[in-house]
Amino acid sequence: MLGEGILKGMVETARNFAGSYVSKDRLTTVEYPEERIAPKENARQFPFLVFDGNDPMAGLRCVACQICEKECPPKCIYIEKSKDKKPDFVGKMQFYPATFDIDVSVCMSCQICVEVCPFDAIKMDQEYELSNDDRFGGLLLNKTRLAKSNEYYGKMHPQEAGAIDESRLKTKEAAEAKVKADAEAKVKAAAEAKAKEAQPPTAPPNKGA
Amino acid sequence: MDIGQLINSILNDPDQVFVLTKAFVVGKFPEGAQPLVSILLSILPILSVFPGLFALTTILERKGLGRIQNRMGPNRVGPFGILQPVADGIKALIKEDVVPRAADKVVHFLAPVVIVIPVIMSYAVLPVGRNMVAIDLDAGLLFFFAVGASTELAVFMAGWSSRNKYSLLGAMRAIGQMISYEIPLILSAITVVMAVGSLSTTSMVDAQAGYYGWLPNWYVFTPWGFAGFLLFLTAATAESNRSPFDIPEGESEIIAGYFVEYSGFKFALFFLGEYLGLFAVSGLAITLFLGGWHAPLPFLEWIPSWCWFFVKLMCFIVLFIWLRGTLPRLRQDQLMNFAWKFMLPLTLINIVVAGIWRFLEPGMLRWAVCAAILAAAYVLLARGLTAARGVAPREYRYAEN
Repeated sequence: MLGEGILKGMVETARNFAGSYVSKDRLTTVEYPEERIAPKENARQFPFLVFDGNDPMAGLRCVACQICEKECPPKCIYIEKSKDKKPDFVGKMQFYPATFDIDVSVCMSCQICVEVCPFDAIKMDQEYELSNDDRFGGLLLNKTRLAKSNEYYGKMHPQEAGAIDESRLKTKEAAEAKVKADAEAKVKAAAEAKAKEAQPPTAPPNKGA
Repeated sequence: MDIGQLINSILNDPDQVFVLTKAFVVGKFPEGAQPLVSILLSILPILSVFPGLFALTTILERKGLGRIQNRMGPNRVGPFGILQPVADGIKALIKEDVVPRAADKVVHFLAPVVIVIPVIMSYAVLPVGRNMVAIDLDAGLLFFFAVGASTELAVFMAGWSSRNKYSLLGAMRAIGQMISYEIPLILSAITVVMAVGSLSTTSMVDAQAGYYGWLPNWYVFTPWGFAGFLLFLTAATAESNRSPFDIPEGESEIIAGYFVEYSGFKFALFFLGEYLGLFAVSGLAITLFLGGWHAPLPFLEWIPSWCWFFVKLMCFIVLFIWLRGTLPRLRQDQLMNFAWKFMLPLTLINIVVAGIWRFLEPGMLRWAVCAAILAAAYVLLARGLTAARGVAPREYRYAEN
């Protein structure tokens, strides 16, 4: 019948209207400041720096290679390389960032910095409550504010973090094994050298012949 | 007359509480000032009650639409959010008033005023209760339509003076829509004028007094009255720019149309004018087809007449909110086709049917004949138009159900 569609639609909206008072499950929104919906795993806001261990500044994975700074399309990352070096997780001497700033008012959340980082040092955060009454300083995050623990990252992305941890552990073990093997080889070589020195030549050099 | 007598007479007839109080207050003034005081006391309730109803409607609408979309709606300001209109009002007052540099300043300033005044004037002829009408004009209905039509001027003033393409587009859409729907609106009201034999709104209400058994003697319960009511309601929705006929605003296409360049309290005035227009035209629908302030059932007559008017008005408001939550916006060509090809012929047929009703003997035959003509016209017209346009039920290639 003509006009039936309008009536059908009105019945549907009336059902929604009444239903929203009866069942809480129908409500698609939550009362925000009191309740929050947990972010989906793939949700991303702005980057943060991953650190291992307990000391955020000592444990930063970043080696100030500045690839992310160069790749960043809106140029919101600013890095200053350190003058000295300190050992990284395998014991190799590396630079570290003396300054690492991200201006989140410029950042476009493209995740390119994360994709290019060879050290798994920068990852995307899910923190979204960043409103601030200082629109310049409050939105320029320095490395103290950017540093977040590996456990925090593991909570957001358990699988990815697990895979990264595993590969890092393997690298570390390999490095340690190599150090050990090197040390052993050194000891062996030294012992051999010593033995050679101590023993007199078994056959005297053939003079004249 | 002293206070005691006044209270006594109010207790005798609570229906007339406002009429008696007004007469009492007017009587206290010297004779020369009495006409002026009487006019002011008639204007004052109109200026306070209906804008108050507007404030109530804004929160009801936001709550209702929220619930229709399975949301909570505003619930932060005051208990259950009922103080939200107060917060909105304060916000509108303290907002910066931005006037575009290229705008025609005088016209830009006048438009929001010009849209509100005629709408408030149209309340003068609405009978809100027994003996409660500001001025009982003999040509009340004519006055209502004449004054109501002048809001089109304000809409075009707003659209033109803003010097903005969206404003102008919105204003042109609004003019086209309002002029197109003015015709079915008036033609559907003419049936009632034919039945009553007068343009006076009070005599229309008087003509619908009494009951036919249990059924009230309202025009909506006659075939031509029912058809006229539905046509009037549709045209009224379009006249007051309500969804689904809100293309002059069209937030998603022309970002609020003719009031895109208005901010602060001027914007609030446009809103006020729009809602007051909606209430006025709903009040006229009540007067024309729903028996005005008469009670729907004989045993409910003890409830004061003005209560019934406002109960009916609230029903209209709920219906309009419900429609807005349900129907999507029409396209411009659909809108025009609907007005000129469907509603106009139907209102003309309805006028003929009202004439037939007038000259046939009362009884079942009259009912059957009139209802059959209208139903046949409705079905044939709609089917014919659909066939002429070659419209088939839409097939969805990707989304099934």
